[in-house]
Amino acid sequence: MTVLGRFPALAGIDLEVAAGEIVLLRGPNGAGKTTLLRLCAGLLPITRGEATVLGHDLTDRRQWRALRRRVGLLGHATGLYDELTVADNVRFWGQAAGAPEADIDAALVACGLHERLAGLLVARLSAGQRRRTSLACLLSRRPELWLLDEPHAGLDQDGRDVLDDLVRRAVASGATVLLSSHELERAEALADRVVTIVAGTTDPAMSVVPTPAEEPLLVP
Amino acid sequence: MFRDAVLMAGKDLRIEWRSRVTTQQIAPFALLVILLFGMALDPDRGILARASSGLFWVAVLFCSLLAIQRAFTIEAADGGRDALRLSGLDPAGVFLGKAAAIAVQLVALEVVLAIGVVIIYGAEVTGFPLLIATCLAATAGLAASGTLYGVLAAGLRVRETLLPILLLPVLAPVLIGATRSFEAALGGVAADGWPWCGLLVTFALLYLTFGTLAFGTLLEES
Repeated sequence: MTVLGRFPALAGIDLEVAAGEIVLLRGPNGAGKTTLLRLCAGLLPITRGEATVLGHDLTDRRQWRALRRRVGLLGHATGLYDELTVADNVRFWGQAAGAPEADIDAALVACGLHERLAGLLVARLSAGQRRRTSLACLLSRRPELWLLDEPHAGLDQDGRDVLDDLVRRAVASGATVLLSSHELERAEALADRVVTIVAGTTDPAMSVVPTPAEEPLLVP
Repeated sequence: MFRDAVLMAGKDLRIEWRSRVTTQQIAPFALLVILLFGMALDPDRGILARASSGLFWVAVLFCSLLAIQRAFTIEAADGGRDALRLSGLDPAGVFLGKAAAIAVQLVALEVVLAIGVVIIYGAEVTGFPLLIATCLAATAGLAASGTLYGVLAAGLRVRETLLPILLLPVLAPVLIGATRSFEAALGGVAADGWPWCGLLVTFALLYLTFGTLAFGTLLEES
């Protein structure tokens, strides 16, 4: 259980995610999806129950720091510094995680931020460009667990395709992904499994394995 | 820890270089304070010269509050605090880096203020080594204690008003020690100033040690 303020935000979560799996969390606003992702990042305490992420026991706060080095969280807030350029931001957060320069440069290129955009101040970016920069920061860290909270929000069609491609490539190289989204069609196409959360509780009856989209009928 | 401190200090100073808040806002404010003190006490220039040490350090104290507020405002914007916790940076390194960046800005401000005090108040410097040692020790103490209280107040909605209330009483020993030491360096007997400078060094070491140990907990809990 995790309590935010006076109310339990998560009260009945029963979830196991296998390595290399992409799991989509869906549910109405306030269901606890963001809280669960922040909890998995080692940002919130558990008041009752148990949780283990990448082998780290979340009830033991001493393990949070080691866990945080291994996860990447793309949340509603970007964590970017407005007075620094895109490249400065990605470089700072990448270096903070001990990423080599090559990985930082590769992250900028992969997110389409390597040319003119790299030298722009973050304060001058659109919401979608900020999102891409935030994604590049996450990518440069090469996390083992990607925690994506509404990752498609604010991105244009090209940005969404880039994000989906990066997620698939990360999983192919061994990462695990837990994401929440209200854009179910796109997110379900990405996910191996869908878990429904209602009022801080996982609902097994509503949790499914998405079927691949049917081939469109060819009209002669 | 030191790698993280260098990274953090570099980032904060780069932000400062780009935004120019210290040079375009805090430094003019500091000079205005010195100037206003001068106008208030102008009828008797003797008082100005005698009070120049205290007025200098009061101005530095006000400027340090602005610099500390600024150092934590940039971390509060757009989830920066969570990003910092997730970054993998050593909290002790973050503390030392932020304190170092604040200290660099304060030293620059002190140089500007010192020139202002010499020109406006007609102060004469007789003990340069003591003057420089006092500046460095007091700045280290201001930056270390300010960073510690800055992170404590940063998580609160009323941080702008709470930080001065929390910090100014703590900085009273710095104000007293630096003023006495400066008085000795500005026309007094230098030997009288070194014990006060020792007090400033002790204060700085105490807060640097305490901050290195406690910053992580404060970042998590406040």
